[in-house]
Amino acid sequence: MTAQTLQRPSTAEPAPAAKPRRKVTGRGVMHAYTWVIIAWLALPIFVMIAFGFNNPKGRYNQTWDGFTFKWYGQLFALSELTSALFISLVIAVISMFVSGALGTGIGYALGRYHFRGSGSLNLIMFATMSSPELVMGASLLTLFVSLGVGLGVVTITIAHVMFSISFVAAVVRARVMTLDRSIEEAAADLGANAWTTFWKITFPILLPAIFSGMLLAFALSIDDFVVTNFTAGTTVTFPLWIWGATRVGLPPQVNVMGTLIFAAGVLIAVVSNIRSRRGSRKQD
Amino acid sequence: MSVPNFPDPSLVRGLTQRRFGRRDLLRLSGLSAAGLTLAACGVKGKGKPSASAAPDAVAKFWAGKTKNGHVDFANWPLYMDPKQPELKRFTAETGITVKYQEVIQEMAPWFAKVQPQLSAGQSIGYDLMVITNGIQFAQFRDSGFLAPLDASKMPNYVKNAAAKYKNELYDPHNVYSVPWTSGITGIAYDPAKVPAISKLADLWDTKYKGKVGMMSDTQELANFGMMALGIDPAKSTSDDWTKAADYLKKQKSDGIVRNYYDQSYIDALGKGEVWITQAWSGDVFQKNASDGTNFKFVVPDEGGTLWTDNMTIPITAKNPLDAIELMDFFYRTDNAASLAEYIGYVCPVPDAQAQMRTDADKKTGADKAAILALADSPQVFPAQSVYDKLHYYASFQTAALQQQFQKTFEPIVLS
Amino acid sequence: MNRVKRQIAPYLLVLPGGLWLLLFFAIPMVTMLSLSLQQGDVVNGYVFTGHWQTYVDALSNYESQLVRSLIYGVVSTVILIVLAFPVAYWIAFYGGKRKSTYLFLLLLPFFVSFVLRTISWRQILTDDGPVLHPLKALGLLPENVHILGTAPAVIAGLVYNFLPFMVLPVYVALERIDPRVVEAARDLYADPATAFRRVILPLSLPGVFAGVLMTFVPVSSDYVNSAVLGSSSTTMIGQVIQAQYLANSDYPTASALSFVLMAVLLIGVFAYARALGTEDVMKVAAR
Repeated sequence: MTAQTLQRPSTAEPAPAAKPRRKVTGRGVMHAYTWVIIAWLALPIFVMIAFGFNNPKGRYNQTWDGFTFKWYGQLFALSELTSALFISLVIAVISMFVSGALGTGIGYALGRYHFRGSGSLNLIMFATMSSPELVMGASLLTLFVSLGVGLGVVTITIAHVMFSISFVAAVVRARVMTLDRSIEEAAADLGANAWTTFWKITFPILLPAIFSGMLLAFALSIDDFVVTNFTAGTTVTFPLWIWGATRVGLPPQVNVMGTLIFAAGVLIAVVSNIRSRRGSRKQD
Repeated sequence: MSVPNFPDPSLVRGLTQRRFGRRDLLRLSGLSAAGLTLAACGVKGKGKPSASAAPDAVAKFWAGKTKNGHVDFANWPLYMDPKQPELKRFTAETGITVKYQEVIQEMAPWFAKVQPQLSAGQSIGYDLMVITNGIQFAQFRDSGFLAPLDASKMPNYVKNAAAKYKNELYDPHNVYSVPWTSGITGIAYDPAKVPAISKLADLWDTKYKGKVGMMSDTQELANFGMMALGIDPAKSTSDDWTKAADYLKKQKSDGIVRNYYDQSYIDALGKGEVWITQAWSGDVFQKNASDGTNFKFVVPDEGGTLWTDNMTIPITAKNPLDAIELMDFFYRTDNAASLAEYIGYVCPVPDAQAQMRTDADKKTGADKAAILALADSPQVFPAQSVYDKLHYYASFQTAALQQQFQKTFEPIVLS
Repeated sequence: MNRVKRQIAPYLLVLPGGLWLLLFFAIPMVTMLSLSLQQGDVVNGYVFTGHWQTYVDALSNYESQLVRSLIYGVVSTVILIVLAFPVAYWIAFYGGKRKSTYLFLLLLPFFVSFVLRTISWRQILTDDGPVLHPLKALGLLPENVHILGTAPAVIAGLVYNFLPFMVLPVYVALERIDPRVVEAARDLYADPATAFRRVILPLSLPGVFAGVLMTFVPVSSDYVNSAVLGSSSTTMIGQVIQAQYLANSDYPTASALSFVLMAVLLIGVFAYARALGTEDVMKVAAR
């Protein structure tokens, strides 16, 4: 048996002699089905983008009344919405760096060392990732209320860092465990001490993983609603503002902002994907 | 080094005894810490049994406060013209900027939201907030979250407010609040979908199954439940509450209620999700004025609810001096009139009626007719006969009774 | 000295993060438990009295919401498995070079805020919206039919919001299947259906389990979907808990309900984790 026969069946494979039609039809159905699902998932996004170009007559952006670009020009017309977006960004950035640092430490330690308490640490991390957000937010509220410290940007950030740490740690740990130790050993052989080895060799290799963990933390923070709802008090973040405004009707600026954030996210993902493909091609 | 043919006794002891190791120590300290935390945990309340402010409280609060030139104003939706003419006039005359936010939709969530911050002595980001008389007003007051007002800083209020608005039942001598407006809870309906409605019983009519809206505020809901059964809320007992709750539960289990709403009932009515709903008097007027609809508002035969929304200053406000000046500004006759002309709620300044007639003379056609209609409307300047049909929210002698009331009616909204 | 450094290195690395998690995850659970056993009111404060009657009252008042939430959770999870499996299967086996593109397309909705996505659905499904209005105008549906406010609307919203969380773990598990195993089954005269049933399906189960873990818990404790797309007849326990904390300031009842919900969900989760081994789940969850 040569290596070629071990390939996964691909779309280019000629249909086998036995029952060819059924197999092609089955696969075709699944193919179409997958696209139906993708379309279904994307439907509200298109609605959101579309209504960012709507020119509503009344207060509600509900029925299509005509195409216009004007909301893109009036993006920051609502000062409360803008400041809510700003607060969300600030919290997300701070959370990204703090949870990045704390999570990297945990991930590296768990991936590289065996130490007492790693089992319980694993357990706690698993618990934070699988606990209902509602319970995490509510319990934080009870903590802050019991301590009498009030609520606001600080408590929101604390909460966001808390639930992001485990995700960053998991990402970093996965990378650390597949790290090639021989490079570090080579560095040691060449006279580098532990500190130098870490900063000059290990850390740069881990950096992409750390970075993707931080991106994950950023994404989790900027979109968080449930935990933020409990720890915000009267502070308003972007998701909270949207939630509060649904009663009186969402202004088109929200659609525009959502569209822009969506476009930015897609762009970043596509660019980083192209970069990593180019990088791996270079390595070949 | 001797060869031990009999093991050292201490070694034997060590090998065979169960050690109190690090793990056990950790476990024990963890559990005891948890236990201690559990026992020590308590939420400190700020409750003050007496409702009236100490004689020097007013002076103590206002001492050393300076004007900062800005006010953060928290209010309910549909309580001001979106163009904010009165606020613009205020800024033009005094130079104080106002940031107006319609962040209050229902009293209970508002109190729950700001309570942790006020309890911690933290600013909630607002210097002026409008809250309804009722359970939460008492909670605000008894927790010490409201600043006592200095009447000497409110000359317009003292001069222009009707007598009944200077000594409210829920705030004797109006120490902590001055009324923003009063309003009536009645029934709103779409005449295109249903025939003329006049009774609370119509809200329980199975003809309108799935098209009835009720309010999620327990006090509003309870009042309607009680009045529909002929009970006077002010004199109600816990047995009455159970009876009313059962009647309301029946309304729900019969599938008559579409949903329980906060102020968003007016949107549901507008979208046709409900055809008849519990409603606040001025909201319907404004909806018709801004969207050209033709909804009707009635005070039901069995009775409606009268409430007052009040301007208050939170104790941690950053700009109380500016806030109290804004409060007083709305008691100037021209401002009171222009506000009432837009919102269509009960105006606390009697002279505004004459002012509105003068304003009407300056306009023509439909505008003139609209303002004249408001000036004579029982919704804005109710006659005594209207007041006779109205009831206040139920009130409670003890905190335990209040909790029992809440626990009787909350499950209806939540289940 | 170096050996000591190496020995304490992991502890030092873990200390800041571990402390943060201890302070802001573990201890709040304790305070929540404590608060659920306290008595008092929000104005005068609460005192710890060990009063567990709160649990009894809360459960008897809101038992139906708790049961309803678990039912919605199970129904949604089953629907998710049924919907997600074919997608994951197709991408894993027939996606070819464009696998990552398909996965990326699946994750597209997550670039839009969760609240905004759900509200967009409300806009689509509203009584006179783009879906119902044409059907009603054509006379296919009676005038007073509404989708919003019903259990199917809420479940549809839940399934929509959590579909990628089920597709990804199943995809990961399916992708790991060694094609030689499938080849071997074919060589042993198994037709495609049997190969699927006896080989692929069992090998995919860890992925399904992981997917269930990542969806059952958030779905059962969700309150946004029911609040936006539902009505008072679809109230979930999440809404009750949220209301008790953030509307009624009834901290003891809220904490009691919260604790019960978490206990019910985490017991199930840990049972799964035991069967699987936490390491595997962590790895899958990290993807």
